[in-house]
Amino acid sequence: MNLDLILGILQIVLIATTPLVFAGIGELVTEKSGVLNLGVEGMMLVGAVSAFIILVITGSYFLAFFVSIFSGIIMSGLFAFLVLFLMSNQIATGLALTIFGIGLSSMLGKQYIGTPIDGLSPWFFVIFSFLIVFFVSYFFYKTKAGLILRAVGESHNSAHALGYSVIKIRFLSIIFGGSMCALAGSYISICYAPMWQEGMTAGRGWIALALVVFATWKPERVLIGAYIFGGVTILQMNLQALGLRFPGQFFSMAPYVATIIVLVLISSNKLRIKLSAPASLTIPFYKGR
Amino acid sequence: MNSLFPSIVSRSQSSGLMNFFVPIISIVLTLITGSIIFVLLGFDPVYALYTFFISPISSTYGISELFVKATPLALIAIGLSYCFKNNIYNIGAEGQLTMGAIFGGGIGILFHDTNAFWLLPLMIFAGAIGGALWGLIPAILKTKFNTNEILTSLMLVYVALFILDYLVVGPWKDPFGYSFPKSRPFSESGRMPLLFDGLRVHFGLIITLFLIFVSWFIFSKTIFGFQLKVSGYSPKAARYAGFNQTTLVFFAFAICGAFAGIAGLAEVSGPIGLLYRDISPNYGFTAIIVAFLGRLHPIGIIFASLVIALTYLGAEDAQLFLQIPSAVGFIFQGLVLFYLLGAELLINYKLTYKKLL
Repeated sequence: MNLDLILGILQIVLIATTPLVFAGIGELVTEKSGVLNLGVEGMMLVGAVSAFIILVITGSYFLAFFVSIFSGIIMSGLFAFLVLFLMSNQIATGLALTIFGIGLSSMLGKQYIGTPIDGLSPWFFVIFSFLIVFFVSYFFYKTKAGLILRAVGESHNSAHALGYSVIKIRFLSIIFGGSMCALAGSYISICYAPMWQEGMTAGRGWIALALVVFATWKPERVLIGAYIFGGVTILQMNLQALGLRFPGQFFSMAPYVATIIVLVLISSNKLRIKLSAPASLTIPFYKGR
Repeated sequence: MNSLFPSIVSRSQSSGLMNFFVPIISIVLTLITGSIIFVLLGFDPVYALYTFFISPISSTYGISELFVKATPLALIAIGLSYCFKNNIYNIGAEGQLTMGAIFGGGIGILFHDTNAFWLLPLMIFAGAIGGALWGLIPAILKTKFNTNEILTSLMLVYVALFILDYLVVGPWKDPFGYSFPKSRPFSESGRMPLLFDGLRVHFGLIITLFLIFVSWFIFSKTIFGFQLKVSGYSPKAARYAGFNQTTLVFFAFAICGAFAGIAGLAEVSGPIGLLYRDISPNYGFTAIIVAFLGRLHPIGIIFASLVIALTYLGAEDAQLFLQIPSAVGFIFQGLVLFYLLGAELLINYKLTYKKLL
């Protein structure tokens, strides 16, 4: 094994992992405020398709990403309206968002399947993904606003009693999560693939959700987790390319099996999960009388 | 003078009337939104809605197709209600369905040249076992290792689909199939009997209705059903009453997995007749919507499965006659669930206009 090969693999891992980092850190912020949004996969798909369509129509990368992030804000805003103002069940609403997103993205993207585009270099986003993780970490642990957000996630009643607007803070956290998921999606359709294919996120949204548990709700660990998953995925592809006498489907299921194993290892320590999960996660906030 | 916006006041008791009306409200709102979408796409909404919701079921064949689609949806949804009633979020029914099809279909392939009365019952049994085993994995991980069942059950969907893919491309490929990724066809006695000549509606419908009846009995007349409900409403009360939560989780997952497995087997031994890659158009996920829309109640689930089955048929017709991509069916399904979840507010809260003066 020479240096070039190692550097080559490292590059591929960096490029492949970046969307997981975006979606994972977005969902982490949402969950820190006490809201579980299972719509990650749906928001990623809508983000991916809207970026792709805008790029094909206008040819502007800036507009493509701009509209994509806007689509993430709309999608997560819809979710936020339901769970915050109508106090709907967060798990079911997130599932609805994913189903809706799968349908919307394949309907909008139908005529764009196979349309060729010029992919964008991923390196700006790779660097940005590291920066955003450190920014979120700084925000949580070094700023007052971050402390308030965490307080809302731990005990919304106490935060409310102290005069903080639980609904507003959660709304903003959900919107941030949505725009990060859309960014992850547009990165996949414009930089990583670059193309549009129905259901092209292939479960990355769900892996991002697993990453948050893996990270025990700590931002830097999302990065570590994402790179473990990214590494497994790329390793699987390379082993497959080496032509090992082993059916390809077993390699393809590796990332999902790895996710289950890692989740089991992390979660089996009940106390750790209990201490690190935001205490108000999935509990709706009702102001009462 | 009243304030402009209603304020939300919690009800002392959840409203039974609203429990009945909320699904209807959500369907009506979905239809209204649907017609707006059709107008935006440049179609006459009346014609589009007619094509989507009326014309698919305006023939005997269409009604039979409606039941063909509703059968797996209702069966999986009633299975899911064992989980959802207990706040267990099994969203991996698609994987359990696939595993049921693999186990049951495997028997069908093994005995592809046998014609005997015992073949179909054996396949159904194997399908139930396959689905239940696949459902028990997240149950074990949840109870023994405290692992979130939402993520594990979903990851297992992908694993099951890859296993099916491996089997129909590899060891179970039809030796006379011109290298298409599909298995041998099952023998005649390995197929679900058709209920009427010339229509595709099959014996799976009878199995589904029977299991729905059994579930109604379990939910309303047995201690087990009562325990499920109580530990769903109040885990603390259930613990205090000494209900064994671990056992409940195991049973809920096993029953749900078995039902989904039977649904998968009924698909491959019913309309399809062999194993191949795309045995289910997301029935396992769509059944989640059916379960919620039916309010986890057996009768409700029957009606909800027919409504959602219609979105499948309508989407096919819309693609054929209006050139709208069939994915519009998923949009309708997502919308109906959104409205349902939003309108659920009315069950536990009421809207009142506060007096300002």
